[in-house]
Amino acid sequence: MSDLNKLGLAEARDALRKGDASSVELTQACLDAIEGAGALNAFVHQTPQIALTQANAADARIKAGDAPAMCGLPIGIKDLFCTKGVPSQAGSRILQGFLPEYESTVSQRLFDAGAVMLGKLNMDEFAMGSSNETSVYGNAVNPWRRGNDDTALTPGGSSGGSAAAVAADLCLAATGTDTGGSIRQPAAFTGTVGIKPTYGRCSRWGIVAFASSLDQAGPMTKSVRDAAIMLTAMCGHDPKDSTSADLAVPDFEAAMTGDMRGKKIGIPREYRMDGMPDEIEALWQDGIAMMKYAGAQIVDISLPHTKYALPAYYVIAPAEASSNLARYDGVRYGHRATLEQGDGITEMYEKTRAEGFGAEVQRRVMIGTYVLSAGFYDAYYNRARRVRTLIKKDFDDVFADGIDSILTPATPSAAFGLGEMVDADPIAMYLNDVFTVTVNLAGLPGISVPTGLNRQGLPLGLQLIGRPWEEADLLSSAYALERSAGFVAKPGKWW
Amino acid sequence: MSIDESTAARVAKLARIRVEPEALPALAAEFNTILGFIEQLAEVDIDGIEPMTSVTPQRLKRREDVVTDGNQQAAVLANAPDAREGFFAVPKVVE
Repeated sequence: MSDLNKLGLAEARDALRKGDASSVELTQACLDAIEGAGALNAFVHQTPQIALTQANAADARIKAGDAPAMCGLPIGIKDLFCTKGVPSQAGSRILQGFLPEYESTVSQRLFDAGAVMLGKLNMDEFAMGSSNETSVYGNAVNPWRRGNDDTALTPGGSSGGSAAAVAADLCLAATGTDTGGSIRQPAAFTGTVGIKPTYGRCSRWGIVAFASSLDQAGPMTKSVRDAAIMLTAMCGHDPKDSTSADLAVPDFEAAMTGDMRGKKIGIPREYRMDGMPDEIEALWQDGIAMMKYAGAQIVDISLPHTKYALPAYYVIAPAEASSNLARYDGVRYGHRATLEQGDGITEMYEKTRAEGFGAEVQRRVMIGTYVLSAGFYDAYYNRARRVRTLIKKDFDDVFADGIDSILTPATPSAAFGLGEMVDADPIAMYLNDVFTVTVNLAGLPGISVPTGLNRQGLPLGLQLIGRPWEEADLLSSAYALERSAGFVAKPGKWW
Repeated sequence: MSIDESTAARVAKLARIRVEPEALPALAAEFNTILGFIEQLAEVDIDGIEPMTSVTPQRLKRREDVVTDGNQQAAVLANAPDAREGFFAVPKVVE
């Protein structure tokens, strides 16, 4: 078989089990593709030795008739996951040289399921960004271009390297994490599928923390079926994360029927934003028509506090970040500034953090410090947490009215050019997450599915939001949407 | 609420991030842009609404109060920028 790296997880799994290909061949095809894709800057630490060792072990297991769900399937791991003995920098200078002594629960679960690690993937520093431009490794580049225009576009962020790598067939799938849209927005920008499960489905242990009450890991894949396969392998209770849910994890792939008959799909009127591009509105209308045609009942709904989600997020997430990132002090791991004669411990902290954190991370840590400081805690932080209660209640109310899932655009635009937002104020960049951030605040599962191309030939995605813990139903609806949309476009290879 | 340079300097100090004096005006302006955006939250009627503490209605699990880990000094110190004689080393703290 040729072009093995272009396979999805399901196809590759079936090929391996039938003996049409070996994991070593599959892995080598990906390693070759990575070798030739330096221009995308997606893989920032490559682990070919580990990959081939794991692939050999997987081939032996397959031969022995003992092949778990991800056996022999080569994937990329976002740099936010701690991987034992392999650089794990969260895209930051402050973790330069850090080699974890332990493995994150999610990556361990994937390895236990037989997955092969090709390397670590580029991302915005500490997952703070929507364009991968805050990374210490430099920009990851979207394999998609606007027709014949060679302007370099963002793959989105923060899981930009993951999205670029999957879209460019450098790996079969990748892990991502999502605090405000960091899986779903890059998936939409690259014509791939990304799901953020319910808060608590995936253990956060060993994932570098950004905002602990919002962070969730999830898969980024080439199809909804692949997302179901990989999510099943990633989820599960972990005593090492006290917020991880002690609930049975269904076989999400087996539950995927795509049957929409009798399902109620909510269309939230507040997601029709002023100034939303026509092509996003058209994409959304097409999606509504597809769901209706598949047998779903379409219901107009209201989520009245939607407009307050981003402002609440930009209090809560920086507040948690300022606390989580306090640990980067130059004492236990990573970078320590060179000190001058007479510098004490305070100078060491201040110089280390000024050198080690990039501008966006510094900005958010300081905003978080401010909203938590004496005199402002109630006015900002507690108020934002109360608004968060209302945002979650908006969703609780529509689900109580019988809505099964909610259909929205995934992003307010297609991928934009790298550098195009440099002179914009930070808020303009934050608006990328306008459709996704509500889902994190309410702890719900959300999936981005590519459903069309814009006039310039760039992919666009729709988001489905599900009830808590009902990823199986959500994936089934997403499968119906994927089948109706029939999105098969791939970026032309220029790299 | 408007942030002046001295407030920006105080926040930087609290966050333990060195900011050079010439960078303070731009930093204060950025804070004001972001806080202006956050200010919208003041419009929301939050009377009688509890602040969210847990997004999923779950009780945190308790575990037995027993030692489950330890004796990993080498692993704990392996990534330290400066470790000596089994300790993390830092600049002098006490005069």
